[in-house]
Amino acid sequence: MHRIGVFVCWCGSNIAAIVDVKAVAEALGKEPGVVFSMDYQYMCSEGGQGAIRAAIKEHELTGIVVASCSPRMHENTFRKAAAAAGLNPFLVEIANIREQCSWIHRDKTDATEKALILGRAAIAKLMLNTPLQAGESKVVKRALVIGGGIAGLQTALDIADAGFKVDVVERKPTIGGKMAQLDKTFPTLDCAACILTPKMVEAAQHENITLHTYSQVEAVSGFVGNFTATIRKKARYVDEKACTGCGDCMAKCPSKKAKSEFDQGLKNRPAIYIPFAQAIPNVPVIDTTECIKFKTGKCGICQKICQAKAVDYEQQDTVFKESYGAIIVATGFDTMSPDKYGEFHYEEYPDVITSLEFERLCNAAGPTGGHLVRPSDHKEPKKVVFVQCVGSRNGGDCDGKTYCSKICCMYTAKHAMLTREKYPDSEVYVFYIDVRTPGKNFDEFQRRAIEQYDVHYIKGMVGQVEQNGDTLTVQASDLLNDKQIILDADLVVLAMAVQPEEGARAIGTMLTASMDTNDFFTEAHPKLRPVESPTAGIFLSGLCQGPKDIPETVAQAGAAASKAIGLLAKDHLVTNPCVAGSSNSLCNGCSMCENVCPYGAIGYEDQQVVRDGKRVMARQAVVNEAVCQGCGACTVTCPSGAMDLKGFSTRQILAEVDAICR
Amino acid sequence: MSIANEDVKTKPLIVAFCCNWCSYAGADLAGTSRLTYPADVKIIRVPCSCRVNPMFILRAFQRGADGVIIAGCHPGDCHYTSGNYFARRRMSLLFSMLDYLGIERQRTRVEWISAAEGSKFAKTMSEFAEQVAALGKPNHLGELR
Repeated sequence: MHRIGVFVCWCGSNIAAIVDVKAVAEALGKEPGVVFSMDYQYMCSEGGQGAIRAAIKEHELTGIVVASCSPRMHENTFRKAAAAAGLNPFLVEIANIREQCSWIHRDKTDATEKALILGRAAIAKLMLNTPLQAGESKVVKRALVIGGGIAGLQTALDIADAGFKVDVVERKPTIGGKMAQLDKTFPTLDCAACILTPKMVEAAQHENITLHTYSQVEAVSGFVGNFTATIRKKARYVDEKACTGCGDCMAKCPSKKAKSEFDQGLKNRPAIYIPFAQAIPNVPVIDTTECIKFKTGKCGICQKICQAKAVDYEQQDTVFKESYGAIIVATGFDTMSPDKYGEFHYEEYPDVITSLEFERLCNAAGPTGGHLVRPSDHKEPKKVVFVQCVGSRNGGDCDGKTYCSKICCMYTAKHAMLTREKYPDSEVYVFYIDVRTPGKNFDEFQRRAIEQYDVHYIKGMVGQVEQNGDTLTVQASDLLNDKQIILDADLVVLAMAVQPEEGARAIGTMLTASMDTNDFFTEAHPKLRPVESPTAGIFLSGLCQGPKDIPETVAQAGAAASKAIGLLAKDHLVTNPCVAGSSNSLCNGCSMCENVCPYGAIGYEDQQVVRDGKRVMARQAVVNEAVCQGCGACTVTCPSGAMDLKGFSTRQILAEVDAICR
Repeated sequence: MSIANEDVKTKPLIVAFCCNWCSYAGADLAGTSRLTYPADVKIIRVPCSCRVNPMFILRAFQRGADGVIIAGCHPGDCHYTSGNYFARRRMSLLFSMLDYLGIERQRTRVEWISAAEGSKFAKTMSEFAEQVAALGKPNHLGELR
């Protein structure tokens, strides 16, 4: 005998302004099996939850339906309230009458009718709910951080300081990421290396942190608390343990024509190389596409001169597996290639450069020793044009990004000031769409560029850059004065849009962590859960989630770490009881469910069953409930209808269909 | 058969099966963003698009639904790795069979809508509801029996 209670929430005016909540509560109260119904201003409030608890006890309810916001919002709240009153939490159903009704409909009659139907569907489903017991699964006390830039390192350090083991997997031969390439950082103008390299050293020396550089995560299986990652450590062809980092091999390498990735191709590097002086580990790697030994079989100089006998041309990739309780994505960003924007002729003109190249040209450890000169003739530029928003806020037909890259306004102001500081007789122009400088001391910084450094800010975009002798002719529009401008410039610097790191999509797919259309990772809630992925146990750190500057990245990295620590601090997790189960009066042991299960959760056992009134042994599907994630693929595949999913059973869903189509 | 294709202005009844991880969240985002779509669309939450048994769709049409849409994560983004691929294969077979039975192709649809695509959700549902409304009432499966 069902004794169902229905609770209709007003959500202040969010629901009540469109849906006639009193009418819905009254109508649902008359449904068969319903013995109690009420409406209340905020069901999720302590008062609302108290009313639920009281009604469960007073009316001896066997199940409740809460018509309110999305179950993704408050299902847990109401399950807890039910549990507190002694009702199994899985005897609670939510009718989503806010996000999927009152917020999207304008017509009160339509919305009220729909709310009623959604309520009926929830009641119909609830009639078939069974009490479920959540199980427990063990938490592996080790975290995996994917990416060793400032975001990944900060997250790793914070988790390690809390006493948990952390593995950092970095694709490049060194940790440090993009920040290592930067010269000065806004708005304080302190040097990036001075604040980053101590963190790199701290991470390398931390007893709880293991760094895997020149490595990639190849596969991830498992679930929150117990992931298994397969990691490929690529062959460096240099023994990390034996190498002393003396650098003799780099000095003697006869192949010196490779473009340095770290210096954005503005400098050459040998085939055996350490990306930059403070790299960690301070161990070279052989670029086999450039190495003469690998290309022709002749040479071998590095091996001959290495006193530590660390060079090993036979070294192979190593692949290992490790278990983790939490995974933090810190894959970072890249900048868009200017190739799509033919008007700048980036490929043809050496003096049209990107902002990241400008950083290297300013950097004391960069290709010019910090002497800001033009790449073409090494002359000091006297007239520099900065172009903002190249690729940013430029979606649709323009092949760019719809979003604002957030950091360009600030670093361009920084670059403009640095140029004026280095060459007080220089003229600096910045073309912008809008100047966006929210942030502590940011606007003051940008104003300083205009007021103290006499940087010319012009609202408008550059339409064309042409090489004219040894100068560049820049055609642009000045929107505020409504006129065309033609400027001669020695150097043109493009603030390219930031975009997620190339491999981010593959990582997202591997982790089944959702991403937006721009390939940024999606957060579990845009406001309330900004550092968690919707996939449990996956956390987001840094630019992989969206454009942000260094202070924000560090803050988010710490937040991601604290969320991961919260998970790792638990010994056990409550598992989802909505798992598949097979009825052994129906199963014929055909193996079709096993073939579609993505988790390998289904096995077979010979069990005693009754067939034609006789007890016989038969092959039966058995679901490992700790491994099953409850997708339901097996339930639809099963030809005999033996497999069903708890919480979303075939009968329950059919009951919902019937209620909606009634 | 007499009730078919007459009253075009009748409100259609549309059942939308939405996976919990992407499309149901996309529907929530449409709500949070206050993007409207017709109230004719009624959503049923399923853990994954692969949980949708062809039987559910047959039953919906049998009980008077005018259109059924299944929405799941984009290919490659399935929370359960591969569920949406199963859904895609099953539904392509089912929909051709339904077409043969007189439930036109325009009444059935599979769509991939992510948790970040609230506007796509609202747009898809509005378009689908309009498309189904234009067809009028279907020949009920129940009556074909």
